[in-house]
Amino acid sequence: MSYLTAFITGGILCSIGQILIDKTKLTPARILVLFIVSGVILTAIGLYEPIVKFGGAGATVPLTGFGYALVNGVIKEINNYGFLGIFTGGIKATAAGVGAAIFFSLIVGLIFRAHAKA
Amino acid sequence: MKRLGKKTVALTSTPHIIETSSIVGKKEGEGPLAKYFDFILEDEYWGEKSFEKTEIKILKENLNKVLQKAKKTPEDINYILAGDLLNQCISSSYAVRESEIPFIGLYGACSTMVESLAVGSMLVDGGFADNVIAMTSSHFCSAERQFRFPLEQGTQRTPTAQWTVTGSGAAIVSTEQKGPKITNVTIGQVVDMGIKDANNMGAAMAPAAADTIYSHFDETGRDPSYYDLIVTGDLGIIGGEILKDILLKNDINIKGRYNDCGILMFDSKAQDTHAGGSGCGCCGSVFAGYLYNKLQQKELNRILLVATGALMSPTAIQQGEAIEGIAHAVAIEN
Repeated sequence: MSYLTAFITGGILCSIGQILIDKTKLTPARILVLFIVSGVILTAIGLYEPIVKFGGAGATVPLTGFGYALVNGVIKEINNYGFLGIFTGGIKATAAGVGAAIFFSLIVGLIFRAHAKA
Repeated sequence: MKRLGKKTVALTSTPHIIETSSIVGKKEGEGPLAKYFDFILEDEYWGEKSFEKTEIKILKENLNKVLQKAKKTPEDINYILAGDLLNQCISSSYAVRESEIPFIGLYGACSTMVESLAVGSMLVDGGFADNVIAMTSSHFCSAERQFRFPLEQGTQRTPTAQWTVTGSGAAIVSTEQKGPKITNVTIGQVVDMGIKDANNMGAAMAPAAADTIYSHFDETGRDPSYYDLIVTGDLGIIGGEILKDILLKNDINIKGRYNDCGILMFDSKAQDTHAGGSGCGCCGSVFAGYLYNKLQQKELNRILLVATGALMSPTAIQQGEAIEGIAHAVAIEN
């Protein structure tokens, strides 16, 4: 059952991205940023938590989930360390993802060369 | 009198295009025009380390090839007129580095093939040169990095996006009386219709093409039936429809004798090229390969080649400017 809800949730989020690419003049980079910011706002006003409860990884893996992780990290750090947590929380919570992205990009960059999609 | 009007001149000595040469990439070589190109690459790199170096090699090899085909040496050539899409037109300047031929760099974005033919033929007609080479190139991968996003980022392409052609076209314009001749040149003006979508260049360029074509007919007194084919550089499917509509509103009907190099180049359904091919190398290689062949075979006898350029700067777009369009036309006749 959790596979199905994750599939539906992730699918809907990605469909929104596809519709934005097809129907608006937004560049892909702007859509990515929009997804993160939307995730932050939805989490902050308490709307994203129920989506995560329903969809699990379907909600946390897409970029809106990155925004969700940022906000939860900030909230947690504020509870533990107070004011400074505003600045440290988001980065701490997402450090593993960001660090891994940089590390694996470097590895891939060293091994492979870019090609046009045929 | 050589000047017919504000934008059009007639070339009284009728410079001839005595030889052309074309090189295209792998994807272009899988398209419907494959058999007309002189050389087809096997991959995006051609043994080079970067896409930019590959594009320089494409242009350089095409220069050698056109000289070889015409049995000319670099000493026979008075000027090279060339341009491309990269910053500072590096493909062109590095490609001509070893040739020691006087070089005039042009930037007309995707209109460069006709811009170079136009200026080159006027130089020949004016008696300033006996032989000039007009050439241009583009490379899908270097153009994506220059204008959109680096390929490494793996972004999705939008439905209106066109596919920058990997390829090059080169032509020798000469006082020698053989091959098809350039009879008229119409130099277009910058047209800005406020289009800001970098993924919809066809719509940005169509009004410029309409303006140039309208001026050409107005100033030469010709009408579309004079030509076997009116062919634009890279308006693609969307831009081509807009062009036909604008011209029809001005009582010029080009339906039935219109085509576009970007549409001719690919099978858009089978090759997933969305709105069609684009880039300097699109008009360049389709002219130097396919159209020149048809002129030599006398299957086409009079064509109006209208190369369209989107003078797009990512920096200017980020600062809120719109994408300017430009189009130049040359009439080529047997």
